[in-house]
Amino acid sequence: MQAVKYARPSSVEEAVELLERGGAGARVLAGGTDLIVLARERRIDVDLLVDVKALEPLTAIRYDPADGLTIGAAAPCYRIAAHPAVQEHYPCLIDCATLIGGVAIQGRASLGGNLCNASPAGDGIPALIALGTAVEIAGPEGRRTVAAEQFCTGPGRNVLGSGEFVVALRAPPPDGRAGAAFRRFIPRGEMDIAVTNAAVHLRFDGDRVGDARVAVGAVAPRPLLVAEAGAALAGAPLSEATIEKAAAAARAAARPIDDMRGTVKQRRHLAGVLVARCIRIAAERAGVGP
Amino acid sequence: MVTTEKPYKVVGTRPIRPDGTDKVTGRANYGADIRLPGMLYGRVKRSPIAHGTIKRIDASKALALAGVRAVMTAEDLPRKGRREFAPLGSVKISLATLSGNVMARDKVRYEGHAVAAVCATDPHIAEDALELIEVEYEELPPVLHADEAMLASAPLIDEALHTREMATGESAEEPSNVAMHFVAEMGDVEAGFAEADVVLERTFKTQMVHQGYIEPHNATAFWRQDGGLEIWCSTQATFVMRDHLAGLLEHPVSQIRVTPQEIGGGFGGKISVYLEPLAAVLSRKTGKPVKMTLTRDEVFRATGPTSGTAIRVKLGAKRDGTLVAAAGELVYEAGAFPGSPVAAGVRCIFTAHAIPNQRIDGYDVLVNKPKVQPYRAPGAPAACFATDSVMDELAERLDLDPIALRLKNAAVEGTRSADGAAFGVIGSRDCLEAIRNSPHYRSELQGPNRGRGVAHGYWYNAGLESSAYASVNSDGTVALVLGSPDIGGTRASIAMQLAETLGIAAERVIPQVVDTDSVGFTSVTGGSRTAFAGGWAAHEAGLDLRQQLAARAAKIWGVEAEQVRYRDDAVIVGPAGEDGGERSITFTELAAKLASTGGMIVGRADSNHASAAPTFATHLVDVEVDPETGKVEVLRYTAAQDVGTAIHPSYVEGQIQGGVSQGVGWALNEEYRFDEKGRMENASFLDYRMPTALDLPMIETVLVEVPNPGHPYGVRGVGEVPIVPPLAAVANAVHAATGHRFTELPISPGAVLEKLLPGED
Amino acid sequence: MRAAAGSRRIVVGATINDEPQEFLADERDSLLEALRERIGLTGVKEGCNNGNCGACTVILDGRLVCACLVMAAEVEGSAITTIEGIASSEGLHPLQQAFLDDAALQCGVCTPGFIVAAKALLDVNPHPAEDDVRLWLAGNLCRCTGYDKIVQAVLDAAGDGKESA
Repeated sequence: MQAVKYARPSSVEEAVELLERGGAGARVLAGGTDLIVLARERRIDVDLLVDVKALEPLTAIRYDPADGLTIGAAAPCYRIAAHPAVQEHYPCLIDCATLIGGVAIQGRASLGGNLCNASPAGDGIPALIALGTAVEIAGPEGRRTVAAEQFCTGPGRNVLGSGEFVVALRAPPPDGRAGAAFRRFIPRGEMDIAVTNAAVHLRFDGDRVGDARVAVGAVAPRPLLVAEAGAALAGAPLSEATIEKAAAAARAAARPIDDMRGTVKQRRHLAGVLVARCIRIAAERAGVGP
Repeated sequence: MVTTEKPYKVVGTRPIRPDGTDKVTGRANYGADIRLPGMLYGRVKRSPIAHGTIKRIDASKALALAGVRAVMTAEDLPRKGRREFAPLGSVKISLATLSGNVMARDKVRYEGHAVAAVCATDPHIAEDALELIEVEYEELPPVLHADEAMLASAPLIDEALHTREMATGESAEEPSNVAMHFVAEMGDVEAGFAEADVVLERTFKTQMVHQGYIEPHNATAFWRQDGGLEIWCSTQATFVMRDHLAGLLEHPVSQIRVTPQEIGGGFGGKISVYLEPLAAVLSRKTGKPVKMTLTRDEVFRATGPTSGTAIRVKLGAKRDGTLVAAAGELVYEAGAFPGSPVAAGVRCIFTAHAIPNQRIDGYDVLVNKPKVQPYRAPGAPAACFATDSVMDELAERLDLDPIALRLKNAAVEGTRSADGAAFGVIGSRDCLEAIRNSPHYRSELQGPNRGRGVAHGYWYNAGLESSAYASVNSDGTVALVLGSPDIGGTRASIAMQLAETLGIAAERVIPQVVDTDSVGFTSVTGGSRTAFAGGWAAHEAGLDLRQQLAARAAKIWGVEAEQVRYRDDAVIVGPAGEDGGERSITFTELAAKLASTGGMIVGRADSNHASAAPTFATHLVDVEVDPETGKVEVLRYTAAQDVGTAIHPSYVEGQIQGGVSQGVGWALNEEYRFDEKGRMENASFLDYRMPTALDLPMIETVLVEVPNPGHPYGVRGVGEVPIVPPLAAVANAVHAATGHRFTELPISPGAVLEKLLPGED
Repeated sequence: MRAAAGSRRIVVGATINDEPQEFLADERDSLLEALRERIGLTGVKEGCNNGNCGACTVILDGRLVCACLVMAAEVEGSAITTIEGIASSEGLHPLQQAFLDDAALQCGVCTPGFIVAAKALLDVNPHPAEDDVRLWLAGNLCRCTGYDKIVQAVLDAAGDGKESA
């Protein structure tokens, strides 16, 4: 670990100022499960850690039937998974909050941090995309909001500008006839980076799929919202044929690479498998049998 | 489950280990836990390239950093000649190899090869200093695969290396990356194959895998002003460490004391020196104690995994399954210096089976990867993977039950192996029968995508030297002093053997592992020898005590020593006394009288026995393969093993379960992955993927007790053979589940999918 | 030890194993480095230093964390339990006793992390099933035991284990 300073601002404004003044070497410390490793192994240049966990908007989890779910960007996974409203209305977030790392990682790691880390394989990101999550950003120019699917711009890169950081993630209110699910594939049972992951959100109109959002990860430089896969499902009752069409669209959208964690062929295939699995679980959660 | 009853009081029971409380409360002192006044912290500068010449090392900027105290390079170590050797168990190891691996001189041979070391007042400063040490390299093309390395056109890793023919002792004229060629031959292999009705020939490949102990290597050294060198470290072999340091540093053995700290796993990987000579030199330069610990990344890149292998196996059998001939060619990666376990691979590859005609060739081949080190039954698992995969295919081809085929060909007492030795009393058939009779084998495996596999493995075990001192305390306990670092419960199993000899409760023997000045020479904790040889030494120390105690009782009673004997129930009995009754005194009563009847007594033993007996293991596994993802799940696992006498059955079971776990990891996910320049890609626990608790079921063990007639308590080593069969057992089960033979490890989800989805692009 | 060049010394106040205390740390120390090198709680082990082995597991304000993934500066005002705080003056914790009775350790270096993690499990789920134990402990690596006896010990400590053989 290179020499770093540690700061714990007590307001969002103070945090913005610290980050802006600190420049590229200033990093937001939330759960630290990615950042501390990157800094220790000197894979990034960092000289100031701005700990945002004293800021209420970054740690609060709020639910309002009209506004939906607001998760502070630094709220750790275990608190997200334990929240009654998340358990009732957003089981898709439980899927990812309970499998990012092991229990000790979930004691610290946040979905906001997972998003900001912008790994193509980040296990929190496809669910946020599928749910239509808005990312609330604070910065020197005030607040702005970006759709989750627009947030990552490449491996380890995101839309945040100088002095900006993510305050909260806002998922829209649940729909009684909707369901969502996240799944990933890893070689071990736990403690692994996804070879491929996927999330699906389905909203039903009667017995037809009203609209569908399909996201896949680890198959491109950033997690993808696959509009063609959603379109393959929308407007018709769910069937093996539409599920296969959506899976095929996910495979087609995948532009994976070969690396030590998986091959192009494996990842493209898994994108289809996981999307199909997510569709079935999402439908079941919406109360619609496949 | 234990299959036989024994006539013992202590042996075969399950007392709580003597070092247990310290280990469950965090009080036990492991190597990295040491802290000495004025201690400095050292780190190692490592090569970022796999092969190259060192043009220049400039440490001036590092030395200028506040807090940095010293920097060392290979120039600070004596230059060792190729023909200078140090002892290692029953073999010798070249000091030039040891020294060259500890710190690169002139040339780096693998990514992570040490080029310099630095020490500072704080660990963070030592780390900062690494970036300030400037090293200039001239890159050379790396040789990364054994098959390329064997080509005459391959770049040479060591220009002075010539292939040594182990059969003749002659060396080839031209230099080569092939360090050694071993041959073992028996019968007439050509005639044997000519007799066969079925001949199968297959080639198998495995990658380097790491022992994966959880505690990284560490060493603390203090070079006193009077020349005495103190070393505290995690090692499997304190005396080997001392002797190797003496050779590497050209410092008298009598001036070096190695004090073993608790050791957080080794499996063979903590025998070699790494940090100790560096910490010693840095301490000599600074006059301060220097502590060094490796990071996990360094453990992967710069300590020894076991070899990647390419093995060709050819088996010939009669129609009824009788094996008539076997040929094998084993190519093992040594890493950057000679010394792969290919000789052991040659020794083990066909030895579980009785085959009259054999020819085996083994090659020890240099590649630009870390120098391999022993790993649990070194050389045998990959060999068993090859042979027992072919055995499985043979059973299928001949429509025979896989256990029936192995029983038909099982080695028995008197069977000769290719190295010429004939087996004594062994439990090979017993293990096969134990599996055949197990509830697991008798159960039917139901459900789609599931398969069952079996494999049968062999390991020879080691004996070697051990010492023990046992002093009787006045309260009727015995302090037992040992030289074997306790890596997994050997304090308990050795103490129990002394307790059995003396006829006292296990808890009344208090074992301690001590430094090299405080006990007689004791060889490595390895080769499954510690419970065997350490226990034997403790037993002999116990016999010495029995004799001395009897003599003392005779003295007290005023009778001849020959009239007194020590009974197995810890009562010393003598001739009838004045009252007409037999004289007797218990061990405890006599212990209390020792001080006033001539003084306390110490039993001692320095023993060296070659009668370590081989062990066999038969493993049975059920798997389920997800046809959509290629993931293999282990559903059920049963391991039967000839354990000789199980001294402490819980720790015997634990050895088996641990070996199975490592073997399953090797079979399914573990491997060293290198990029095209020889840089390791997965040097972390995250990407190396050892099994977690979620990846394994409970592992059923069947302890088959066929006592070793060459040991007072029938002990056979138990630690190594359990890693031998899992690779083949899992591969055979995956074949049964999918219809595909996997001849390369790991059988990762990607590899399985590759076979399941042939048409898809 | 001296502060490293470019690093500041900081004073951190925290309650460690029920004892309020202040300690001096380097600003770039992790909690693991501070516990081991500055405070001397060496029962907390380093196995990987990147959150993938669980040997440094401690309980921070009621939650299980890897001490290597927490900065020492972050724990100001927090309560920390390490392996050294699990046994009491009355004796070993039932988990510690179960690990001994069941021979659930071989080399013992992962044991502190497992016991701390298992304690946190039993605190929230006093009667876990085998699968619950395996899932909860998946962040703790053991290379010696194959996990069998560890899982059994946790079940036994919870009073739900079958009689061990």
